[in-house]
Amino acid sequence: MKHRLRPSQYAILIAVMLTASVGDTLLSHGMAQVGAVDPQHLHLLWQALFNPFVVAGIVLLIGFFACYMTALSWADLTFVMPATAFGYVVVALLSRFWLHEHLSLYRWAGILLIVCAVGFVAGGPSRTEHPSSHPDLDLMDSGAGR
Amino acid sequence: MNPTLNPTAPALATSLLHTWTAILTVAALAITGEVLIAAAMRRLGDLDHLRTGPGLRGYLGPIRAVLTSPLFLTGALCMALNFFAMLYTLSIVDLSLAAPATASLTFIGNAAAAKIFLHENVDRRRWLAVLFVCVGVVLLAK
Repeated sequence: MKHRLRPSQYAILIAVMLTASVGDTLLSHGMAQVGAVDPQHLHLLWQALFNPFVVAGIVLLIGFFACYMTALSWADLTFVMPATAFGYVVVALLSRFWLHEHLSLYRWAGILLIVCAVGFVAGGPSRTEHPSSHPDLDLMDSGAGR
Repeated sequence: MNPTLNPTAPALATSLLHTWTAILTVAALAITGEVLIAAAMRRLGDLDHLRTGPGLRGYLGPIRAVLTSPLFLTGALCMALNFFAMLYTLSIVDLSLAAPATASLTFIGNAAAAKIFLHENVDRRRWLAVLFVCVGVVLLAK
């Protein structure tokens, strides 16, 4: 059986894509400001919690977590995963068209591959049906197939 | 100049074993966390059905259901450890190596774990998607 996603469910998937990518970007920018953390200087991890970019990144990642879990409540993990990967494409396209950075041919190829991957999975069912909860029906089905 | 902004300094200063131990730890924690959380959410079902009423207050039902699920709490602990492991990894490994390496490993591991533990139907279409995402992520980081 094929599940049709409601518009609100598509909105959740888009939120998953956007919050994860922007949140990670903010975190990496913040950690670059904090500096290298090694086992002798683990207290820097605590200090990182006071960096505004790290804080903004954490807030967005909490939003991501909420959206991600909502998506997992009605879709398979292997269905939602490519949606999170699409976030990388969002970052690359933002850097190209908003920050006017140069995108190499490799990166365009990477974008194309991830878009294809999302297309493959989006074309299929969003949820695995577990027929094993009706063993009698399974038995009847396998008999009918022979 | 800030050492993490120098593209070669952290990679050279960290041994190969140290680098990949950090990356594998991040990926393993992510896979464990995501599978536990996915199992918790699958068990709870569509969160919209748990809403206790209209408006923002209606979300209290789903929030309480999620926060009292032991599977979710264990998964969230793994994700929290993953977060700090990733912060640590980003400080010793370049983002351009750490991000695609952890992402690719997590994607492959998640697909395998979803098939084994969650009994999801990971058909050829989904394996192909996992492969495409992994190669795509590596290419994006080039």
